[in-house]
Amino acid sequence: MLVKQISVFLENKSGRLAEVTKLLGENDIQILALSIADTTDFGILRLIVNKPDIALEVLKENGYTVSGTEVIGISVEDKPGGLSRVLEILFKYDVSIEYMYAFVGKITDEALVILKVDRPEFAIKVLRENNIKILDPKDVYTM
Amino acid sequence: MKYWNEPVECADRERLNQIKTMRLIDTVKRVYFNVPHYRNKMQDYGLVPEDIKSLDDLKKLPFTTKQDLRDTYPYGLFATPLSEIVRIHASSGTTGKQTVVGYTRNDLTIWSEVMARTLIAAGADKHSFIQVAYGYGLFTGGLGVHYGAERIGASVIPISVGNTKRQVQLMVDFGTTLIACTPSYALYLAETIDELGIDKSELKLKSGVFGAEPWSENMRKEIELKLNLKAHDIYGLSEIIGPGVSFECEYQEGLHINEDHFIPEIINPETGEVLPEGSIGELVFTTVTKEGLPLIRYRTRDITSLNYEKCKCGRTLVRMNKVMGRTDDMIIVRGVNVFPTQIESVLLEIGDTSPHYQLIVDRVNNLDVLEVLVEVSENLFSDEVKKLEDLDRKITKAIEDTLGISVKVRLVEPKTIERSEGKAKRVIDKRKY
Repeated sequence: MLVKQISVFLENKSGRLAEVTKLLGENDIQILALSIADTTDFGILRLIVNKPDIALEVLKENGYTVSGTEVIGISVEDKPGGLSRVLEILFKYDVSIEYMYAFVGKITDEALVILKVDRPEFAIKVLRENNIKILDPKDVYTM
Repeated sequence: MKYWNEPVECADRERLNQIKTMRLIDTVKRVYFNVPHYRNKMQDYGLVPEDIKSLDDLKKLPFTTKQDLRDTYPYGLFATPLSEIVRIHASSGTTGKQTVVGYTRNDLTIWSEVMARTLIAAGADKHSFIQVAYGYGLFTGGLGVHYGAERIGASVIPISVGNTKRQVQLMVDFGTTLIACTPSYALYLAETIDELGIDKSELKLKSGVFGAEPWSENMRKEIELKLNLKAHDIYGLSEIIGPGVSFECEYQEGLHINEDHFIPEIINPETGEVLPEGSIGELVFTTVTKEGLPLIRYRTRDITSLNYEKCKCGRTLVRMNKVMGRTDDMIIVRGVNVFPTQIESVLLEIGDTSPHYQLIVDRVNNLDVLEVLVEVSENLFSDEVKKLEDLDRKITKAIEDTLGISVKVRLVEPKTIERSEGKAKRVIDKRKY
């Protein structure tokens, strides 16, 4: 039930992000969600795309340092307190979040959130027990 | 075959010294009478050839520097008529105007002899397939190894440098057993082998002779692991003869100097004083058999030390330690001597880093700053900022512990540091003096 995220190492130089997105576009890969973590010198670009394995290959072939990371996709009620409920559950079960970002899905009116946690299998279990909707990777890639 | 020329390579010290003394006396006479530059210099020092009677008298003679070669460009230091010269080579000119060296027929024979010793010590024989991936042409690397390889009767693959994918393909097709190139190019070849998805078991490589730039013990481990061979350091410089001045045997504990042809000394680079056995300093050579361009006390600018102990391999030829760096490549950062090879060792110890790195020295507010660019390999990469920052800190700390000065490490994307097919450019000095 884990979604494959593509992580790319990028130096903080202008035009780098444009190059990556251009390359993906040329290979008919659609970006569904994106987040950048940056420091002064470098950044990590995290992408959810419709064809993660092809994207990995294309980026590698073009000399980027990339890795595929497994993350959890969930959908939360798009109303005040929706996300807070999820975070409380994770906190209660002592699951720590390495990073997260939200994005908008086309097919639902719910907010979609990507989570990278330290214990992914356990996190999925407790979220499920608490009726949080976990996104099926298949649904994510076809969004 | 263990030695190419056992009587010399394993001669006792007394015998070696006899040979060297005889040849030194002869060389001094030849340069005095044939090269005005040397005659004038010796006269300035109040010396006549008869003053040089023993090896100990060597230190009385004036030094020769690269500048002398430039000042007498092109043929001013040649000691034979130009009609006797059968080959001309030139230095790359990386540190200024190029310098020219010339060889008589006999000089080429000597060169083949010392390279034959080198290749035999690296485990080659007449059954070997030797791929020469040093540049051919004015640079001495390619032809130097080539002639030595032919001398021992090996099959030579004279591919020269570049065209890396083809190099790899021929390595597989022709069954190369020994590769000769710069150590940085060896790693580039290894990278290419991986990229092409070639299984290392398809390679027949047994050993390599790598020279033309200083490299560390850790880089040796990396090359040996990645190319699955035994990596031998070789040393030479065109002014002295080219590759083959010294070589490593199977014990890899220093490079045996062919001292029956090239007499080494270690001096203090600042004062010129000869240093006692075992000291670290600048390596100086006097060629004692060369006819075309004999050089007296030529300052190599390479920093190393000498070891006269008999080697486990049985050779008695003096050993020089791996070159630590060059007096002109050594960078002084806030008063501390820094050699690129020190950084390389640290990076290799941290692991997984192909040693693609570069040092940038600059001066900010009158203070030297040293920035170390390190390419992030796939193995080092993490999708978490925290982990990459930890890596940065770990490298920074390890370098600072080694050098004793603060540095700034910058992680950069792979393949952003320029690849070199010859000598790697490790240092960029932006300081304005």
